[in-house]
Amino acid sequence: MIPYRKLFIVIAGFLLFTSAQAAEVSKHARGLAASCSACHGTDGKSEGGMPELAGLDRMLFITSMKEFKSGARPATVMHQHAKGYTDEEFALLADFFAAQKRH
Amino acid sequence: MSFSRRDFIKASAAGIVVGVFPGCATSGGEIVKKTGQRVVIVGGGFGGATAAKYIRKWSDNKIEVVLIERNPLFISCPMSNTVLGGSRTIEDLTLSYDVLKKKYGINLIKGEVTAIDPEKQTVMLADGHLSYDRLIVAPGVDFMFDKIEGLDAKVADASIPHAWKAGAQTVMLRKQLVAMPDGGVFALSIPKGPYRCPPGPYERACQVAHYLKNNKPKSKVLILDANPDITSKKGLFMAAWNELYPGMIEYRPNSMVTAVNADTRTAKTEFEDVKADVLNVIPPMRSGVVADMAGLATVDARWCGVDFLTYESKARRNIHVIGDAVSAALPKSGHMATSQAKVAAAAIIEMLQGERPDQNPTIANTCYSVVSDKEAMHVANVYRYNAEKQVMVSAEGGGVSAKRSELEGAFAGYWLKNILNDVLL
Ligand code: HEC
Repeated sequence: MIPYRKLFIVIAGFLLFTSAQAAEVSKHARGLAASCSACHGTDGKSEGGMPELAGLDRMLFITSMKEFKSGARPATVMHQHAKGYTDEEFALLADFFAAQKRH
Repeated sequence: MSFSRRDFIKASAAGIVVGVFPGCATSGGEIVKKTGQRVVIVGGGFGGATAAKYIRKWSDNKIEVVLIERNPLFISCPMSNTVLGGSRTIEDLTLSYDVLKKKYGINLIKGEVTAIDPEKQTVMLADGHLSYDRLIVAPGVDFMFDKIEGLDAKVADASIPHAWKAGAQTVMLRKQLVAMPDGGVFALSIPKGPYRCPPGPYERACQVAHYLKNNKPKSKVLILDANPDITSKKGLFMAAWNELYPGMIEYRPNSMVTAVNADTRTAKTEFEDVKADVLNVIPPMRSGVVADMAGLATVDARWCGVDFLTYESKARRNIHVIGDAVSAALPKSGHMATSQAKVAAAAIIEMLQGERPDQNPTIANTCYSVVSDKEAMHVANVYRYNAEKQVMVSAEGGGVSAKRSELEGAFAGYWLKNILNDVLL
């Protein structure tokens, strides 16, 4: 007999594990994004002056952050913030802001 | 129990206590009926108000929030030095708590906490008590007037303002500046660190000089700094002083003010007596005294030790401390208080839901200093949790502006707009 039950448990366990991990990751992303809002507005919805991050294209976001980090893109302050985060965190932040509605 | 013996005797003598132990619920009972899990927050400044909003927002309004604040309105301390320079009024920095109440369903209680009972998990006010599952204490700073002979809260309100909490004293200091004779001396004393807003006093010197340059050009700003050197953005401030206000600002390090005479407007340091036309003494600071109601000031009996994953107090379970009151190698700033508030808010929600908080909190801080009516500069850092040392450490790459600029002057204004919006709206 094929141990279907066992297989099911293994698969279910795997799914549970990955979804828990995803939740953990997105919590970290939400927390990271929250410290941008002092300048860029709650959830990246700027109230004026500072660029809006909500709804920003993923590629554009990641490219900007990498260029701030390397110094390729001149900035008053963003080079110093960008250097504090890893490339993996840029990807998390990109997903977070791309998912926010512009306003 | 949070009540001290002395308080007990005082309360008994006043006839308040009738047969029950004080600190337990008194007359009024539960002020707001508790229907579910509840977080009570003491203090509605940058930290407390942010925590209130974000607990509601991130829990999908599932967790009740009661915010206790003694002031009727929120007045931003950041940028309040520009009221002295004249480019803003205090009204520009004043906001209401209404949106927090209406949009986020936060219970706002105007009042003062009289005691905290960490065992019963209740907070006492004059007319009753509030029960909590988690308490956030966000008391900001209080001043240690006893370190300066001749100074107390009354003298500060009447004639020698610190103006280090934005409000009536800010307005009074501006009036004193405007009334000062040309050729007069504005003396500004800075306490030993740690204090709220490290670059703030040096920014204030710029704002005062900006006003004097345009209105009373023969006058002088004298800085009496208890610290051995300028504690923040040194190069940038020296450049601003020399280039924008040449000959106007005199800086004296290692000059701790130990006494004042309000009648003669004199400040005494170890070396000299300084007579001024306007005397602006910023006293040494400690965590807001509310912290003492639950024994939270664990570091030098002055600042509150916390776990940086949750901001839970090192001394008390289920009580969290955020903002200026926290003992940490983190700047005591508005932005920092909001960053800490969000970590605490997320962790509290997760713990109340039986989940594990983010084990890698990463937060940011930026302080803009406005040095004239147009130009500003900043210091910016990202801070990451170091699991081994269990502290927040500054990430590589942070730092200050390359130079002050009008562009950053504009960004400083946009920062204010966005952060106030993030905290209160
Ligand atoms: C102190 C204010 C401040 C903070 C905090 C801040 N930013 Fe910025 N951001 C700016 C400014 C100002 C600019 C314009 C470039 C410059 O001068 O640095 C900018 C530009 C950007 C841009 C380019 C946008 C575009 O449309 O070209 C991105 C992307 C960005 N920021 C992302 C972030 C992220 C992500 C965070 C949080 C991790 C963050 N910022 C935190 C002030 C800030």
